[in-house]
Amino acid sequence: MHEADSKETEQQIEQRELGKELNMRLMRFQRPTWPAVNEITNLRDEINRLFEAPFAEWARGSDVLNAWSPAIDLYEDKDNLIVRAELPGLRKEEIDISLHDGTLAVSGERKHEKKYEGSETAREERFYGKFQRSVELPKAVNPNAVKANYKDGVLTVTLPKTEEAKPRQIAVNAS
Amino acid sequence: MNAVTQKEAQRPAAREEQNGASRGFLYPQVNIAETKDGYLLEAEMPGVNKESLEVLLEGNELTIVGHRNFEVPNAELLYRESVPRDFRRSFVLDPAIDTAKINARVENGVLTLNLPKAEQVKPRKVVVE
Repeated sequence: MHEADSKETEQQIEQRELGKELNMRLMRFQRPTWPAVNEITNLRDEINRLFEAPFAEWARGSDVLNAWSPAIDLYEDKDNLIVRAELPGLRKEEIDISLHDGTLAVSGERKHEKKYEGSETAREERFYGKFQRSVELPKAVNPNAVKANYKDGVLTVTLPKTEEAKPRQIAVNAS
Repeated sequence: MNAVTQKEAQRPAAREEQNGASRGFLYPQVNIAETKDGYLLEAEMPGVNKESLEVLLEGNELTIVGHRNFEVPNAELLYRESVPRDFRRSFVLDPAIDTAKINARVENGVLTLNLPKAEQVKPRKVVVE
């Protein structure tokens, strides 16, 4: 997690969404909404066609072009840190959450299933495969009281801060 | 194919997206599959449920809109990767689709649309006598 990310201006977001700027962050976190993503997808198709079978197979399996990197947000309130991850189309059993050394890791796998017999793919923009994201927590949390909830494709992890990490009001004594 | 899909749909949808972006909409990622009976469209819309989803049909243009709520009460945002906007995307439908029979369901933030083809346009085997 970089400091610069959180300071990104609305304008920068806008610019990237319009596909004017394509940087390496795309590999780490793929914003599902850019027209640029479609261009990349088309490019991948082109590459696959170019290389034919064995290479195409390799390219499909490669993480470079296919990595799924879900968006993660971090919030803080008085008592908790709250992590929100966009993980559409998973079952709650398919999500793994772990906490280690002040880092929260969310991982899982979305399997590619062919649901309808004899269907032909006309368009495929969704990502499949394994994902793993981790967030360094800025405050100490109580690992035994962490709660996770998965609803409408959004995972919300609530991590209560330790007593020491909570803000405290200090009474001023009159002398 | 002259479908829900590819080129015919891509251009108007792409234009829609540019206008959409300036009005504050996001473009959901979709998969589209065709079978002999119809089309299956899946759209990723995390944070959208049955109540916050709209599927609009105007002539042969289908539009999906998903409203979302990002608010965490009394909390401060420290870091954001998600784009806090609603989803919207339009598709030009294959005329073979029987629009009266379209059905939609949303589960775990994924919208699944079933777009069956009308009976008379399905491929049929003619028996040779």
